[in-house]
Amino acid sequence: MGPFLRDNVVFREVYCWLGGSESNAGLCGGADGLLPAGFEWAAYFAAGFAIILILVNGALLGAAAFVWAERRLLARFQSRRGPNRWGPWGVLQPIADLLKLLIKEDIIPHAADRVAFTLVPIIMLMALLLSLAVLPFAKSAYLVNLNIGVLYIVAVSSITTIAIFMAGWSSANKYAMFGAMRGVAMLISYEIPLVLSLVGVVLIAGSMSLVSVVEAQTIPFIIVQPLGALIFMLGISAELNRTPFDILEAESEIIAGYHTEYSGIKFALIQAAEMAGVLAASGFLATLFLGGWSGPFLSGQLGALWFLAKLGFFVFLFIWIRATFPRLRIDQIMAFAWKFLLPLALINIAVTAVQVYFFGFYQAEVPGEITRGELLIMAAINIPLALVSIAAFGRVTREKIRVPAPRFEGLAPIPRTAEVD
Amino acid sequence: MLFQDVIFWLLAAVGVAAALGVVLLRDIFRAALLLVVVFLTIAGHFFLLAAEFVGVVQVLIYAGAISILIIFALMLTQNVQQGNLPNRLQIPAVMISVLLLTVLAAVFMDTDWRLLSDLPGPLGAGLVDVAFRDTTFSLAKLLLESYALAFAAAAVLLLASIIGALSLVRER
Repeated sequence: MGPFLRDNVVFREVYCWLGGSESNAGLCGGADGLLPAGFEWAAYFAAGFAIILILVNGALLGAAAFVWAERRLLARFQSRRGPNRWGPWGVLQPIADLLKLLIKEDIIPHAADRVAFTLVPIIMLMALLLSLAVLPFAKSAYLVNLNIGVLYIVAVSSITTIAIFMAGWSSANKYAMFGAMRGVAMLISYEIPLVLSLVGVVLIAGSMSLVSVVEAQTIPFIIVQPLGALIFMLGISAELNRTPFDILEAESEIIAGYHTEYSGIKFALIQAAEMAGVLAASGFLATLFLGGWSGPFLSGQLGALWFLAKLGFFVFLFIWIRATFPRLRIDQIMAFAWKFLLPLALINIAVTAVQVYFFGFYQAEVPGEITRGELLIMAAINIPLALVSIAAFGRVTREKIRVPAPRFEGLAPIPRTAEVD
Repeated sequence: MLFQDVIFWLLAAVGVAAALGVVLLRDIFRAALLLVVVFLTIAGHFFLLAAEFVGVVQVLIYAGAISILIIFALMLTQNVQQGNLPNRLQIPAVMISVLLLTVLAAVFMDTDWRLLSDLPGPLGAGLVDVAFRDTTFSLAKLLLESYALAFAAAAVLLLASIIGALSLVRER
């Protein structure tokens, strides 16, 4: 048996219920399972299947819930009512949306590359579900405790970029192509600050495993790493193609961007991947910067509730950002990534590395261990530093607005005269 | 280890088929996508060898970044809609391929293929324990201690290429 699944609660329960025997007494306490001896492999597969079933359906149900929450909240932000017809407060609206998408005709353009066109929604959803594998939902409730978890998230989500490219190219549609080109340029740029923002967390935790990162957070890393949290949040909302970074689907400019030609179930899958992507991103933010399933009290029993509360906080923040900011232009987006986020990420890495060396190795009795008090000292240094550097670099990247001179003298506005009034 | 054998042969078959597709397909865009599949199967082989850090970096750098650059380059190529056009570079291509094959074969013959656990002395079982508990740690130790010079040289090379790229696209 793999070393990973042993710790998982669901896995252990299902596995021992089906295939407990003397051979795996260490895990199941020697009690006999339902299956006869020698069928432990069947119990292994059944238990693994159970976890994956919970994870996949949970992600998709979460996406449906998110669709409802986002539509209701956006309506609130815009002084509307939002969907309120089916079910109390319109909670059944996502079911109606999904049914509508399911019975729509699934059109593949004549000139499209059929194989690549069909693969796009599958790859997008697959990349998202893969990234959920390392997310710890509660104490020992995760699929895999990879010791490179943080890097794994970024690597798996970078596959989405290829899917967007495939969508743009295979649709044989110029708007899809524009959207894909814009999107890919943006995604490549934001991947760099995104990876660099995580280095600080990894340095302090001394591990890239998400489980260890949660355990290392005696105080939430958002206080110790304010710059890292900000850069990761902005970088991941660019990776998720959400307003203000939604130039690759910009519906007021290029129809629907890279998924212009998608309809029916394929469109539904792309949307599901985007919506569940917000949930996954909130989960990663909660895990990396807010302490995941650990809370001020009862974090063993109520771990999942703590996690959900923190996840909900970040989901609300994502919806709030979407409702507040207008879409940026491509040059503004690029300048923001390269002139603002990247230098801030480098400052963060340099400062954190010095701090970790000083507190964790130079001063420490146990090498690599950083106490709660030392984390608080780091926070006291890092929060003012974050404010100062944001102010400094914000000044550098501020756009100088030039009012264009009128091109045609003859078209100058007609001066208002007393007769008109 | 039946399970690992099945995974290995699956990965190997898909990888070789995709690599053949890259060379043989007329549609250059599909060829590029199959190249991504090759990169991913190589990452799978790394995972199978318990080198999870190298595997993830393979996905991040090759499948996530280099393949994107290749597709970008394809889109800026003329006549890409007609597929893979013939040209007069067959002879240089053959020469480079043969050279690469020779280098690969030389490395293959030269490598000590014994398992780490079969090595004699202090390099034996103890090393397996250290190296496979956390490959990231072992890699970092190698990179920053034994091969620090090569590591720094790579950094200088990257810096030089960034400056070169900037000077190429600079507005005059």
